[in-house]
Amino acid sequence: MRMLIFAKRNTKEILRDPLNLGFGLGFPLVLILLLSAIQANVPVNLFEIQHLTPGITVFGLSFMTLFSATIIAKDRGSSLTQRLYTTPMTPLDFIVGYTLPIVPISVAQCIICYLAAIALGLEVSINILYAVLYIIPVSMLYVALGLLCGSVLNDKQVGGICGALLTNLSAWLSGIWFDLDLVGGVFEKIAYALPFVHSVEMERAVLNGDFAGIFPHLWWVIGYAAVAFILAVLLFLRQMKK
Amino acid sequence: MEAIRIESLTKKYKDTVAVDNLNLSIKRGELFSLLGVNGAGKTTTIKMLSCLTKPTSGDAFLNGKSISKDTTAVKSIIAVSPQETAVAPGLTVYENLELICGVHGFGKDKKDTKIAELLKLLGLETIIKKKAGKLSGGYKRRLSIAMALIGEPEILFLDEPTLGLDVLARSDLWDIIRSLKGKVTIVLTTHYMEEAEALSDRIAIMKDGKLLICDTADKIKEIAGTDNFEQAFVRIVRGCDK
Repeated sequence: MRMLIFAKRNTKEILRDPLNLGFGLGFPLVLILLLSAIQANVPVNLFEIQHLTPGITVFGLSFMTLFSATIIAKDRGSSLTQRLYTTPMTPLDFIVGYTLPIVPISVAQCIICYLAAIALGLEVSINILYAVLYIIPVSMLYVALGLLCGSVLNDKQVGGICGALLTNLSAWLSGIWFDLDLVGGVFEKIAYALPFVHSVEMERAVLNGDFAGIFPHLWWVIGYAAVAFILAVLLFLRQMKK
Repeated sequence: MEAIRIESLTKKYKDTVAVDNLNLSIKRGELFSLLGVNGAGKTTTIKMLSCLTKPTSGDAFLNGKSISKDTTAVKSIIAVSPQETAVAPGLTVYENLELICGVHGFGKDKKDTKIAELLKLLGLETIIKKKAGKLSGGYKRRLSIAMALIGEPEILFLDEPTLGLDVLARSDLWDIIRSLKGKVTIVLTTHYMEEAEALSDRIAIMKDGKLLICDTADKIKEIAGTDNFEQAFVRIVRGCDK
């Protein structure tokens, strides 16, 4: 019950910030529209709507990391967490309370992207529904990264690390904007050692109905999400004890 | 009856002794002030008493419950209003109070009664729909104290409650704190001498983690040989260097 009350509060805090709505929902939409317009004038295979949309839905999740990290860091900075530590709230209440609101927001963001893509010509199929479902483990990964950053960084550092570094990593190392084969070498190896490109390729496979192609990407996503979550919980508990 | 008994409480951070072998006893319903210059150990003492940080050695008993061995029981009888205002900025005044009611597991009737009572007590009735982040410093402090009082604490810790407030806002808050006297045991830290003198039943002066004196304001002035409390404070703090 406490965790749900806390989750409700966090949902309100996130959704009431116009910047969050602008970046979280508006920015991915702008990207879809812009890149589709480019595609209409200069056809590029990578920017075809069925290829582009899964990538944008994953990239949009980097803002979820920013949301969760920012709210935790701000709560720490304002001593709200300190106040709540002296109440009967347990560590589990905090962790679930911070995690829970982001998942439906991520799903909503993904649905909005697909609705825009349908309006731009994406063929309607049951695979869209599966793609929305498969975004959940990916969103867990991004939320865990947010929990991790929020537990160790202050809100200004969160802006730099999550707002700039993570969104760039998520953009450059995910194969959304350019084919990683074109760069190759160490860059490609690093990209495939990280979860971003696996998230995008998994979503692309799901949307194209290539369910065999989901693997091994799904394992990469789940593996990274699990490790990030465990680390995040340990760091959160550590700062709680501080 | 004793509300707080502190026995040889010590907190060390690497080479620094923040609180050094503190022994104190505070009566039920007493308004007790902790005074000291920066780094005296006031906030660390409050953090230990409110189970936010563990003592290196020693113990304290709040209404008979140990801060080392029985933190859950201690948390159920205390509340803290931290130095920072510690409110949820995106929530309204009402929603902030509602959040804390939820955290304490209050049912609807109790929640409505408590919120109405505290809105009246703290003079917040006219701004219930205003977002906490948009409030003036004085109103934020009032809300912070209301949030601390909502759990019906037996012991209330007020860490620098009037820090940064203008004269009128401070005077209003003094009236509120005075109105709580006798109903709840209050431990207050402050830098303002006149605040400690005006509000407190007894005052403890700390320096470098050590307790220098603990008595009524009048007795402290008498011991220091002056009619002015600020002078008495300076003499006692400087005196310990000689």
